Amino acid sequence: MPNHSAHLIACHECDLLQREIPIPLGGEAHCCRCSAMLYRSSPGTFDNTLAFAMAAAILFVIANAYPLIGIDIQGNTNATHLFGAVRYLWDHEMLLISILVGVTTIVIPAIEITMMLYILLPFRFSLVPIGVPNILRVLQSIKPWSMIEVFMLGILVSLVKLKDTSTIIPGVALWSFGGLTLMLAAVASSFNPRDVWQRLDNISTRENQHE
Amino acid sequence: MNSQWTTAAEQGLCSCHVCGLLSKMPPHDHPGHCSRCGARLHGRKHDSLARSWALLIAAYLLYIPANLLPIMETGSLLKHREDTIISGIVQLWKTGFEGIATIVFIASIMVPLFKLIALTLLLISVQRRSVWLIGQRLRLYRLVELVGRWSMLDIYVVTILAAVVQIRSLATVTAGPGAIAFGAVVVLSMFSAIYFDPRLIWDPLQKERIV
Repeated sequence: MPNHSAHLIACHECDLLQREIPIPLGGEAHCCRCSAMLYRSSPGTFDNTLAFAMAAAILFVIANAYPLIGIDIQGNTNATHLFGAVRYLWDHEMLLISILVGVTTIVIPAIEITMMLYILLPFRFSLVPIGVPNILRVLQSIKPWSMIEVFMLGILVSLVKLKDTSTIIPGVALWSFGGLTLMLAAVASSFNPRDVWQRLDNISTRENQHE
Repeated sequence: MNSQWTTAAEQGLCSCHVCGLLSKMPPHDHPGHCSRCGARLHGRKHDSLARSWALLIAAYLLYIPANLLPIMETGSLLKHREDTIISGIVQLWKTGFEGIATIVFIASIMVPLFKLIALTLLLISVQRRSVWLIGQRLRLYRLVELVGRWSMLDIYVVTILAAVVQIRSLATVTAGPGAIAFGAVVVLSMFSAIYFDPRLIWDPLQKERIV
């Protein structure tokens, strides 16, 4: 292990130079000037994050494979999948909205979950997949655009709006989206990129010692 | 303010925006890369103010059609209705869903307006190299980042309703032109916040001008 007490870091929000100090498990280090969180020591292991990511992957597939909501107006029924909704907008000349919804609720969450598994699954077997730095970079930049939790609220508001005029038939995907929202929140709170960098650092120091 | 505080930029250092490793600041004409993760190094986000302003002004312009044009068109056997964001909220309130109406009001009216005004304030104060209420302004920036995504709510509601409510002649819902403008406001203001570099808020405190 490198001696971290000697390391300097700069706050990402105010650029203040500070010494990196060891913190207890589950603790957080905050910038002494602007109080931004500098780093944390996660109590969970990569295994926890992997479990949440796998659950998220399964729920994501179910959420996209089954109908979201159906309605029944005087015996006439209609149901939709998420992809069906995106497709519908695309077919009806609302390309921009269709792309916006498709990217933020299907494409980005799918990339996020896949990349998480790509890093964490090999870690479970003490392997290091190639291209981890690039993947962490992509994960960081797409993070603001994954909006499953906002979509979940959108579903709830839609249900209320539909309640008045029609009978609602809740689909399997409705519950899966609820679960997916929780799992993605769990992944986000247990995944600590700093641990990944540290593991990569440790491996490269070990390799240097062997040489 | 404490005069002993030193920023990374004053020491000729910069921290990698991906992995946080401190490196020597690369010379201006010579872009450097982080030795650990390979990300491009920059002391401050490149052209932060110009990009942030451009996107913010575009968002302001689109904010007008976003609120004036209908975002949702509802048709049934008896009537045809066009709803703007505001009339949709009023409708929800009148039909007895005060709670949901409040949530939509916050997400669709308050949050976008708050974001536009907050970003304008941040950009102007940074340009004037103001040292006024630095801590508060940083908190404002964090709030902008936190709440921005929730304005997507209305876009998702329109998408779901448009796809579900398609029962021939009995009831149809389509997205209106206002939805495109509104979606664009959300995306542009999110990008504007992403390009804004919070470290610029603190820079006027340091003696040397950092370019």
